[in-house]
Amino acid sequence: MTTTTTPTTTPTPAVAPAFDDPASQGRTLAIICSKGTLDMAYPGLILANAALGEGVETHLFFTFWGFDMITKATMADLKFTMLGNTATHLPQGLGGLPGMTAVATSRLRRSLAEIDVPEVPEFLEQIVASGGHLWACRMSADMNHLTLDDLYDEVEGIISAGEFIEKTDGAQLLFI
Amino acid sequence: MTTSTLAGHQFHVDEEGFLTVPDEWSEELGAALAAQIGIEMTDAHWSVVRFLRDDFAATGETATLRRVGARSGVPVKQLFALFPQKPAKKMAYVAGLPKPRGCV
Repeated sequence: MTTTTTPTTTPTPAVAPAFDDPASQGRTLAIICSKGTLDMAYPGLILANAALGEGVETHLFFTFWGFDMITKATMADLKFTMLGNTATHLPQGLGGLPGMTAVATSRLRRSLAEIDVPEVPEFLEQIVASGGHLWACRMSADMNHLTLDDLYDEVEGIISAGEFIEKTDGAQLLFI
Repeated sequence: MTTSTLAGHQFHVDEEGFLTVPDEWSEELGAALAAQIGIEMTDAHWSVVRFLRDDFAATGETATLRRVGARSGVPVKQLFALFPQKPAKKMAYVAGLPKPRGCV
């Protein structure tokens, strides 16, 4: 890129980017997080964070195994396993060896930290600070005998699937 | 590349209006760019914009929202208050830098 100060074209009055274009306002995104493995926790978090950064109202609903992402006892200790995951491109038998899940988990954690991706609890904190809404699934709470006290403090409530659908009326929806 | 003028400054921009030559930026121009998007610069805004400029000079990349929140000392919640709706892009625009490329 040239740094010449001589204009190559006739200067025109500055036009500001259309940050607050009304056409882009009023968008809502609903993300259903149903997985409790470390690798599958991130897609929802990354997309929620990206949407919030674009001014999109964002709601996350944690259900089934995804409940581990917001349960205080497990949220900082999600694991990654090679078992049943052919995308690691390693022999499946390796994944079943003792200690392999711990090795795979710690390698994934390191790779994420290297590119400055926060751990799950810190990521949730950023999502809430950005205006995101966290909701826990009523059925998952009942199945696991958990109450709001057992969940990450910023979870706004334990609600039924129907209530989540109501809250996100008209939203675009992602199921992960 | 298009050349733009604003408040007596002349600078190169991309099709959206972001500066393409970071060295053409000055704080005076930054204040004029902020006014373009309805932001009146305060000390809090400047501390964020100066962080972005310094970080870009050091890394060659525009800091993402997460990076600004983690390293500038200004929490994410306040970044949303200072640069509403789309803080990462607005901060970059005012600082005369490209939009951040990072996902997080």
